[in-house]
Amino acid sequence: MNPFVEIENVTLSYSDELREPAVQDLSISIEEGEFSAVVGPSGCGKSTLMKLVTGLLFPQAGQVRVDGAQVDSPLKIAGMAFQNPVMLPWRKTLENLLLPLEIVSPHRERLRKEKKAYHQQAEELLKTVGLEGCGDQYPWQLSGGMQQRASLCRALIHEPKLLMLDEPFAALDSFTREELWCVMRDLWQQKKFTVILVTHDLPEAVFLADRIFVMSSRPGKILVERKIDLPRPRELDLCFTPEFTSIVHELRGHISEARS
Amino acid sequence: MNPSGSKINWQKLSPWLYTAGLFLIWELSCWLFSIPIYFLPPPTVILHAFQEFQTALWENSIQTLWTTIVGFGIAIVFGMVLGLIIGWSKNIYNGIYPIMVGFNSIPKVAVVPILVLWFGIGWIPAVLTAFLISFFPIVVNVATGLATIEPELEDVLRALGAKKWEINVKVGIPRSLPYFFGSLKIAITLAFVGSVISETVAANKGIGHMMLIAQANFEIPLVFAGLVALAVEGIGMYAIMAFIEKRMTGWAHRSGFAQ
Repeated sequence: MNPFVEIENVTLSYSDELREPAVQDLSISIEEGEFSAVVGPSGCGKSTLMKLVTGLLFPQAGQVRVDGAQVDSPLKIAGMAFQNPVMLPWRKTLENLLLPLEIVSPHRERLRKEKKAYHQQAEELLKTVGLEGCGDQYPWQLSGGMQQRASLCRALIHEPKLLMLDEPFAALDSFTREELWCVMRDLWQQKKFTVILVTHDLPEAVFLADRIFVMSSRPGKILVERKIDLPRPRELDLCFTPEFTSIVHELRGHISEARS
Repeated sequence: MNPSGSKINWQKLSPWLYTAGLFLIWELSCWLFSIPIYFLPPPTVILHAFQEFQTALWENSIQTLWTTIVGFGIAIVFGMVLGLIIGWSKNIYNGIYPIMVGFNSIPKVAVVPILVLWFGIGWIPAVLTAFLISFFPIVVNVATGLATIEPELEDVLRALGAKKWEINVKVGIPRSLPYFFGSLKIAITLAFVGSVISETVAANKGIGHMMLIAQANFEIPLVFAGLVALAVEGIGMYAIMAFIEKRMTGWAHRSGFAQ
């Protein structure tokens, strides 16, 4: 397998800050179809990493390549979901899902003509995350967990090759969060896109990811790269096995190192 | 406890009851403290003035109403366009905002003589004053709506390759609409203030003008009748704006808190 996302010795500092660079000499390589997770202390430049990969920010030194091409403009093949689901309150959930299609070619040209097919596609996606029939409701009529599911759907509706998740489950209660881990796991298993998950939650990273990168505090760089060989498909029970806890424990050690 | 039945009726009745109460207290105080009619006429006397000067009140009210609405209409168009321009770019925002604040700080009554100098006495200064006094809140609110797009949403769309105008059309403008319609309620009451100011300084028609003449003729009840007529027009227009706001942006009033 060849690397799908490649970050090589990237340094970036925000011009309006006199502090240290946000990331320095950062190198990451993620394979196509891989589920990767980035963990680290807060303020370690994880969000900067997201913006670098999606082409919303450009490095001052080093290189970012995605799908073999250097990133010099916003990617267009990425879907994003954040801690805050940010749905548009004046659109029904289904119309919220279709928003990316109104922007990305070739869907934007087809959307009006093949409205029915696209609606069908959106409905099916809603069904896979357990939101069957909720498309007609406004997002603010849904619970927080349901909104986050819808937000995931919006990130996936244009079938992106790369999914960027910035602490998408952080604001949910622990039961809903575990439910959504499984939703995410199933979606990924089904469609096999490449995922970069930024999170503070170590069990979440271990449960979902193939590989975990531990970032240091500012200036951010990769301290440790840990492959997770736990067999798939993974069930929630796995979280209570000694192998799982020992990996979480090990990562926790790295994080405390990173914070000091 | 059962909150239905008589409770809901009280809620709906309360605006009328409170208004009636206000007029009642007014009326009683006038008689009780034997306030002279030329100082503060009681509501019954004002009502009588309404009957007596029916035609004059009607004609002048209509005059004030349409100058206000025309000025307000111009303010809507101008305010929306300027609000969109200002909200579009941080640079323009920083450049124009201080000028706008400075302009808004000028008392509009001081501008009327200049308008008269340019356009002569008549309805044009009234329309323009109504416009000048009422566009500011519209501009500020539209610009705020555009400038406060959630950064995450902007990232989602930009990462899909959306241009700035696409983000503004899909997200910025719809999300600034509640601010816009909210500002209309403020702007319409200001527009009345503007046209009446102008009419009292330089006009030959309108409630403001009529009140000035009535004052000169010592027809104090008519002066107050003019004030009441203005209040009624103001409430009417405000209600229309509130209704439009509710119809257009029901999604923004989803919390039960403000009901």
